[in-house]
Amino acid sequence: MSLAEASNIRKYLRPDLTLPFCVGCGCVTVLSSFLRAVQELGHKDLSKFVFCSGIGCSAWIPSPYLEADSLHTTHGRSIPVATGVKLLRPDLNVVVFGGDGDIAGIGLSHLVHAARRNLDIMVVMVNNMIYGMTGGQVAPTTPLWAKTTTTPYGSFEYPLDVTRVVVAAGANYAARWTTAHGEQLKEAMKKAIITKGFAFIEASSPCPTAFGRRAGFKDVAEMLLWFRENSVPLEQATKMTDKELTNKIVVGEYVSREIPTLTENLYKIVKEAKKSA
Amino acid sequence: MAKKVLPGTYFWQGNEACAEGAIMAGCRFFAGYPITPASEIAEHLALRLPQTGGIVVQMEDEMASLGAVIGASWTGAKAMTATSGPGFSLMQELMGYAFMTETPCVVVDVQRAGPSTGQATKCGQGDVMQTRWGTHGDYASIALSPNSVQEMFELTIRAFNLAETYRTPVVVLADEIVAHMREQIEVPSTDQITIVNRKKPKAVDKEFFALEEVAPMPSVGEGFNVAVTGSTHDETGRRFTADIIVHQKLVKSLVRKIQNNADKIVNYEDQNVDDCDIGVVSFGCTSRAVYEAVELAQEGGVKAGFIRLKTVWPFPEKAVRDMAQGCKAVIVPEMNLKEVFYEVERAVHGVAPVVPVNKVGGGEMITPEELAAEIVRSVK
Repeated sequence: MSLAEASNIRKYLRPDLTLPFCVGCGCVTVLSSFLRAVQELGHKDLSKFVFCSGIGCSAWIPSPYLEADSLHTTHGRSIPVATGVKLLRPDLNVVVFGGDGDIAGIGLSHLVHAARRNLDIMVVMVNNMIYGMTGGQVAPTTPLWAKTTTTPYGSFEYPLDVTRVVVAAGANYAARWTTAHGEQLKEAMKKAIITKGFAFIEASSPCPTAFGRRAGFKDVAEMLLWFRENSVPLEQATKMTDKELTNKIVVGEYVSREIPTLTENLYKIVKEAKKSA
Repeated sequence: MAKKVLPGTYFWQGNEACAEGAIMAGCRFFAGYPITPASEIAEHLALRLPQTGGIVVQMEDEMASLGAVIGASWTGAKAMTATSGPGFSLMQELMGYAFMTETPCVVVDVQRAGPSTGQATKCGQGDVMQTRWGTHGDYASIALSPNSVQEMFELTIRAFNLAETYRTPVVVLADEIVAHMREQIEVPSTDQITIVNRKKPKAVDKEFFALEEVAPMPSVGEGFNVAVTGSTHDETGRRFTADIIVHQKLVKSLVRKIQNNADKIVNYEDQNVDDCDIGVVSFGCTSRAVYEAVELAQEGGVKAGFIRLKTVWPFPEKAVRDMAQGCKAVIVPEMNLKEVFYEVERAVHGVAPVVPVNKVGGGEMITPEELAAEIVRSVK
């Protein structure tokens, strides 16, 4: 990102606040990728957006840093709150930011059901593979055998492939990239913003503070390099065995389709019901 | 049927009356999860609300239901959910969020026998304290208690009005008996029904929370760039996760706006309270037996009176204390193992003995005869 670009996206942030993220945190890349997408789509401000988030570091990406309406809700419930906003204001772009614990742990059922309904919102899940804000406990996305504060001998569970779950549930758009893929992430954000129906982006993201140091990474640069080297393009992954794919990050666009959305279906019903009254 | 129900006489179930009351109040969004004995509210609204241009959606659980209601409320819409004790327990997380973010909404809790699954189809009155202390932390709550189908209609409208006035979640604390029985109801003409809408901010306003008076409430999409958070926040919505002053100012304002207006919120029905030897304090379905019990006792020569709570919270302390002056006993019948009892004891403050009459399980009401016998026993 050039300096000119950086100053361009600065206008979407509240001027008197400093971002709270640790050095090397992927949330900053996710935020800048999103704002560059917004900028490239021609939005002069965020007046056509409403942001919802839950609890966790990435829930602070929009709240209160974006110069926009934002609802910072309880742990896991950002998608239900976004549902209420979107159903009453289908004209607004409703965007959810959340971590893997928030979206795929405590809030997983809401994610699956929003995808099933094809609710016209966009969900960005920042997957740092750990509960970062609470100090580094094992998450439903933690790689097998990774050491965390609550799995000091290594995680003995399999991580959830969240993007595949969302695709299976019925989302119109789903993609997974890492923060080592800034350009691809931005392009995916653009597609997600203009997608009608449920759009999901999983951004694998380094948490040097709560994950990286226990997982054995020397520094942020080494961690980012691991994200890049450990990523496998979707097409290539289809030719690999499950064993070869263990703890790999399969990146790319998983689905892009145009199934009628929840608000389209719902407002059709309301129109008919009004006539019958 | 018309958009809003036409004035006239109807024979409705309590849950239907609640749903029609919501439409009359201007409810535009309902989100809920099926649960006995509250499901008829969702079913009736699913049919009726879209006819008025409103939306009903069945969510995946009770947290999602109240979450969607809160989201809808921040678009400026009046919104409601309905549940029973187990679902209300799940909603406590979002109840706290609604208190903290000063989000107007209505939650109907049709009580059944608990705890846990208990007796799912049978009446209970065990959620009184859950409406006061259900979620963690400091706040003050409003809970209304209907005792008839007529009041399921009227108090649902009032719940919306109070929610809009004080920017707070308001609970309609119904019970299975009041919700499932059918009786005659009079729907007045709309000019006789008061409808309150929330105060909106002026374009220049920047402070939307924790003010001396109830703050004006912006909607999303209006250009206010409002930051709403369940974390401790200042008047502008900015998060302060460690500051003692900001936290105290916020939570004290949440309590103050209800406490300082308690006189305007508190509502009750009473009879013979100035000159009674026995006073009865009751609420909800149980109060229907009190009418007859007091009559029976009076016929037997006992000077009996009653207070019937239409607001359980705020609790009408002064009215209860005043009645207790000169009473030989205050009787508190309820379909739980003592909840309002302790509140009455606190209000009466030793002026008269407080006698509990409790019955739980099987959906069996306390009968007028049982209650009259207790009144006669207590007067001796």
